[in-house]
Amino acid sequence: MMMTKTKKPIALAVGMLLGLSVATAQATDDMSLHISPQSQPAPEGLEDYAHGDARSGYIYATEETRTLQDDDFENPAFLWVEKAQEQWSTPEGDANKSCQSCHGDVESMKGVGAVYPKFDPEIGDLLNLEKRINRCRSEGMQATPWKWESDELLGMTSLVKMQSRGMPVNVSIDGPAKEYFEKGMKFYNTRVGQMDLACKHCHIDQNGNYMRAELLSQGQANGFPTYRLKWQKLGSLHRRFRGCNNNIRAEKLANGSPEYMALELYVTWRGNGLPIEAPSVRK
Amino acid sequence: MTQTTEKSQVSRRDILKIAGVGAVTVGAVALTGKAQAKPEDVTAYFKKVGGDAANASKVTVDGPEIAENGNTVPIEITVDSPQTENDYVKTIFVAAEGNPTPEVVTFNLTPNSGVARVKFRMRLAATQKVRAVAMMNDGSTFTGDKEIKVTIGGCGG
Amino acid sequence: MSKAPKPRVKSPKTAAKGDVVTIKTTISHQMESGLRKGKDGKLIPRQIINKFEALFNGKQIMSATLYPSISANPYIDFDMKVEEAGEFEFKWFDDNGEVYTKKAKMQLEG
Ligand code: HEC
Ligand code: HEC
Repeated sequence: MMMTKTKKPIALAVGMLLGLSVATAQATDDMSLHISPQSQPAPEGLEDYAHGDARSGYIYATEETRTLQDDDFENPAFLWVEKAQEQWSTPEGDANKSCQSCHGDVESMKGVGAVYPKFDPEIGDLLNLEKRINRCRSEGMQATPWKWESDELLGMTSLVKMQSRGMPVNVSIDGPAKEYFEKGMKFYNTRVGQMDLACKHCHIDQNGNYMRAELLSQGQANGFPTYRLKWQKLGSLHRRFRGCNNNIRAEKLANGSPEYMALELYVTWRGNGLPIEAPSVRK
Repeated sequence: MTQTTEKSQVSRRDILKIAGVGAVTVGAVALTGKAQAKPEDVTAYFKKVGGDAANASKVTVDGPEIAENGNTVPIEITVDSPQTENDYVKTIFVAAEGNPTPEVVTFNLTPNSGVARVKFRMRLAATQKVRAVAMMNDGSTFTGDKEIKVTIGGCGG
Repeated sequence: MSKAPKPRVKSPKTAAKGDVVTIKTTISHQMESGLRKGKDGKLIPRQIINKFEALFNGKQIMSATLYPSISANPYIDFDMKVEEAGEFEFKWFDDNGEVYTKKAKMQLEG
């Protein structure tokens, strides 16, 4: 069989599942319901990549893949980051402004990446980093927004987020964000597609087990944007969502769609406390 | 939250489904579309470059036992050599037994290199042996290899 | 990457005579193998970096011939024995005839 290394009998996992009727308040008290019923202690030396029951994808990666991430030169994502560094101070658009003109050095972005997605009262909607940056382009710089999966937006998102590297993910689900959170949680737990599976079936219930040759992680967002070996390039969290949806032969939604935005909030919140790793390297 | 616990529970059937997801053939995306080279092709290639009688010593091919994805597999090759004007590795030929074509990369080193060591990243279409031949300045040849297993992802497009 | 390939190099700024130093290099490049089919079912033409050269004060330290089995964003690291202060020059040769270069200076320690 493909399922090697089953750590616990299936029956046990079934018995410990998340009941979706549980109210949010109650459910958020017990993080294990959102993460994994079988979270193992973090391997020695990798404790920094765990928080409570949450485990970064880094822990599930092989040593070779981790080594690629560990060194900012060897990490291929830095080819994009370096371009974004130049972009940061390059004026563009009708306002002839650069990011630098309004924000000063990029170091001023420290901490910002840890709290996105975030509800923006000004527009009355949830913004992730990609959308926030593009708002600055269209409003502040009067330049064309970057395409979602463009090298420019991926590079800039990584550059901004990596100013918070090592800081704990800390997204808020209170106030107006709560509605998005609940929508995202519902999406996460809803069976979809021809295979009739939900995100949770792989990333909560089967976390730590193998899907064919693939070790299933918790599907955490703390490393995004990520350089995926399979993609041979940097990619966004929403691209990953599309990939996972596609795999269970479910409809791929648009990057930046309301569903994926809400999902991003829920998925990111599951990893509150994990260190920001962007830009990470994954298989 | 309208769904019932019942409906979202993972069943044995789910687990079988998950196990079968992404029945992707092993074959790094970047290299698909052509029949694979055979070990003989590598032997023929090494013969062509003058390394068919290489002595199986001095050359270490280092890489992961198992590559998570065949698109980017780090490989380091070290040859035991003083790398001086009188005694140095001139060329390192690297070949793969299971890729569409045998050639991977050829390095030309000089005494300026100081040591005979190179590191690079390669594509592996399947589990296979990566082989290297080092040719010294006097024309003598040495060889080493490493078998690398390739597992490939099912999820994510 | 869609835009012009971008080389990156990590070489020491200073080193002592006799040291053996490691130089790390990479460049953003798809390394299109020529074996992959596009969405239209046709083969995407090969376009790779086919050659790399590293020089110091004009003298070759090493060179490499690359084939489609080399990964996207090709990464190569290697060593050099330090004899004198001077300048590195790195060159990447693209199938399309372009040559991308990058230079870096190195001084001798005390
Ligand atoms: C015309 C001025 C202007 C320019 C140019 C500009 N921004 Fe902004 N940016 C703002 C304002 C105003 C805000 C919202 C106020 C705030 O939260 O700090 C903001 C907020 C942000 C935030 C969120 C900060 C936070 O604390 O939540 C990020 C990230 C950001 N900008 C990135 C960029 C990037 C990247 C660029 C260049 C592509 C850029 N900005 C260009 C004015 C600008
Ligand atoms: C059939 C199993 C399966 C389902 C269902 C599934 N995924 Fe995944 N997912 C995977 C696999 C396999 C990977 C790659 C290995 C890993 O990190 O688990 C992955 C990776 C991820 C990652 C990247 C983790 C990292 O560290 O980089 C995220 C995020 C993710 N999935 C989110 C989701 C979301 C959201 C859903 C629901 C829309 C979902 N997945 C549904 C199998 C699945």
